Amino acid sequence: MTSSMLILIVALIGIFAYFAGRIRAAGSNGRTHSRPGYHGAYVALSALIPALALVLVWSIAAPIYINGKVHAALPSDLKSDPAIEALSFNSVVGISRGLETIPASEVAAARSGTKTWNEVLAAGNVPVAGDLRPEIISAAQSMNAMTESSRSTLAAIAVAVSLVGGFLGYRRVSARFRARNLVERVILVGLVLCSSIAILTTIGIVFSMLSEAVRFFAVVPPHQFFFGTVWDPRFAAAGSGGAGGQFGLIPLLAGTLYIAFVAMLFAVPVGLFSAIYMSEYASPKFRALAKPALEVLAGIPTIVYGFFALTAVGPFLRDLSSSLNHLVTGDASNFIQAQSVITAGIVMGIMLIPFVSSLSDDIITQVPRSLRDGSLGLGATRSETIKKVVLPAALPGIVGALLLTASRAVGETMIVVLAAGVAARLQLNPFEPMTTVTVKIVNQLTGDLEFTSPQTLVAFALGITLFAITLMLNIYALYIVRKYREQYE
Amino acid sequence: MNMIAETKLEPKQVQTMQNSFKMLGRNVTVHYGAKQALFDVNLAIRQNTVTALIGPSGCGKSTFLRCLNRMNDTIDNCRVGGEITLEGQDIYDPSIDVVELRARVGMVFQKPNPFPKSIYENVAYGPRIHGLARSKVDFDQIVETSLIKAGLWNEVKDRLHEAGTGLSGGQQQRLCIARAVAVSPEVILMDEPCSALDPIATAKVEELIHELRSNYTIVIVTHSMQQAARVSQRTAMFHLGQLVEENDTDKIFTNPDESRTQDYIMGRFG
Ligand SMILES: Nc1ncnc2c1ncn2[C@@H]1O[C@H](COP(=O)(O)OP(=O)(O)O)[C@@H](O)[C@H]1O
Ligand SMILES: [Mg+2]
Repeated sequence: MTSSMLILIVALIGIFAYFAGRIRAAGSNGRTHSRPGYHGAYVALSALIPALALVLVWSIAAPIYINGKVHAALPSDLKSDPAIEALSFNSVVGISRGLETIPASEVAAARSGTKTWNEVLAAGNVPVAGDLRPEIISAAQSMNAMTESSRSTLAAIAVAVSLVGGFLGYRRVSARFRARNLVERVILVGLVLCSSIAILTTIGIVFSMLSEAVRFFAVVPPHQFFFGTVWDPRFAAAGSGGAGGQFGLIPLLAGTLYIAFVAMLFAVPVGLFSAIYMSEYASPKFRALAKPALEVLAGIPTIVYGFFALTAVGPFLRDLSSSLNHLVTGDASNFIQAQSVITAGIVMGIMLIPFVSSLSDDIITQVPRSLRDGSLGLGATRSETIKKVVLPAALPGIVGALLLTASRAVGETMIVVLAAGVAARLQLNPFEPMTTVTVKIVNQLTGDLEFTSPQTLVAFALGITLFAITLMLNIYALYIVRKYREQYE
Repeated sequence: MNMIAETKLEPKQVQTMQNSFKMLGRNVTVHYGAKQALFDVNLAIRQNTVTALIGPSGCGKSTFLRCLNRMNDTIDNCRVGGEITLEGQDIYDPSIDVVELRARVGMVFQKPNPFPKSIYENVAYGPRIHGLARSKVDFDQIVETSLIKAGLWNEVKDRLHEAGTGLSGGQQQRLCIARAVAVSPEVILMDEPCSALDPIATAKVEELIHELRSNYTIVIVTHSMQQAARVSQRTAMFHLGQLVEENDTDKIFTNPDESRTQDYIMGRFG
């Protein structure tokens, strides 16, 4: 029986339990504590939850148990080298999968010796190594047998648990039984579980990055990483101990912050002024049209902006600089490179404008009307009111919004790759290429990978650094935004 | 009604009364979009007098009040018709500067709305935007006298640089009055200034209104009959966007001309 079949059967039992509970509650004499629906839900839940929990635990535990058994059963000469053991185990798994798709007649033919296993498996599209050892085949067969028996045992137990649970739940249904409270509690627990999944995955991600980063720092001392000013992780040949190469974070961090700074320099004034216009001056009609249009901009994938930078902004700035240079000095060489900090900054700024304006607009409109009225009533003009009352009142919130935006700028990758290049350089000229932490992470993790060399492990150290930076920015931003909210409650 | 009575007066008398009228509304109509909120209101506001506007909710008291310093301009779909004069000058005339008008006709709102700034900066706000003072000493002077006039000085003189929003509701409202007084307006409009305050704070504000009367012309919207009777000399009764009658407060409360006024004061509707 497949697992989906099993779940379907348990679900049917649940539905049946629901109606049974409902009918029993409706039929009980006297005023029931909870409405029949709650009784039904209670009976259904008692049929479903234990059974589904069992299915969940079983399907995690059973493969672990079976794999352990298979490992133990491998012949000892295959277990001498961990690499060979892993390889043999993989072929056991591959063959066991293949055996399930290959027709029984073929399997019988192989067993009786009329065909070789190699022929049969190759016909069934299972890749096999040249010399197939009989132990591997038998291991695969015993694995399949164990899996099959585990499945049917699970099915029998789960259905039984479901029936017993449903029956016990059904027995409890009576006029005074507080089904509503119990159902409410189950709903609460469900909601808590869902929200903890999000948190737990974040924690999981951090830990996996952290453990890889620790492996990196075992090879490269932290001070060389955090304070090194040269980024040159030459890919050493595999097996040469991974030595060589310099992993200085500083050029990447400088590039990240520089490009983000230039982007904010463009995005903040434009976004903020457009937010002020939208919230304070625009007619409702214009606002209804322009606000969604701006928000559509926020939905454009960043690679599209990168493309724009590569084909439009970069060449434009390069040509502009060369004609300017020609005008002034007569020399037509360009002083702005097509790929440069400024190109990436401008395009990233354009990308950030909708974030700045939409977030600030929300915050500015939150400033109570009474404050505006108070200021206008004293004879202040509209712009005086905005400058002296609305913006100061909204300032903490706007700063929070800008920090959130900045953390986006810091994490942006695609625009940088296309607009500022991949050269890690430590310099100050905004017209020259630079690169960022995220670009280098991608760089180190594409191509042939060997997860033991510092050249790839450094990506995790970079990732955790970036994570720490954006996390701090976000926490600080949320703190400020929250403080601002309290002011008007 | 009142206007008709006045036209029967001797020309000389009319002249002197005109002079004592600080503001005069003639055939004032207000529309919010398609909905008409005021119908041909004729009302005179006398100099150095507290005029109370009473009437059931939604009858247009606030709307009329906001016409007097053109706060209705800030509402998108609001149109004002008729004529309103301040000392004989039409305040809706294109040549009038709203900023200047609002400096002369100040406003205190229903809910205390101090700016999220210090007490000092709240009071100094108006004088700053109108350039009423140059030096720090002048500002200090204005802040002090305004707070004294608003009866708040003794309570806040030691913490002028703390947030205005940290004061109690009643103190906040008196701070807003001080803020309005600081630009030396001639008329102060108050829209239910005590409706968010407790009885003790209300009593303080009422006392303050009494004192302010000698220097300012005050128009106050109120829901409380007792308050109207206590603080005002003239009372105007509104109903369904119309002015029912306007007269001496004593007369309105003892012997009104209109039965609708009688009914409202007796609590029979509204
Ligand atoms: N901003 C507005 N937009 C549309 N209608 C309004 C607005 N303000 C007030 N009104 C309407 O105008 C009428 C008078 O309102 P208002 O002057 O606030 O009454 P009052 O202050 O006497 O309670 C009410 O019917 C109200 O619904
Ligand atoms: Mg009102």
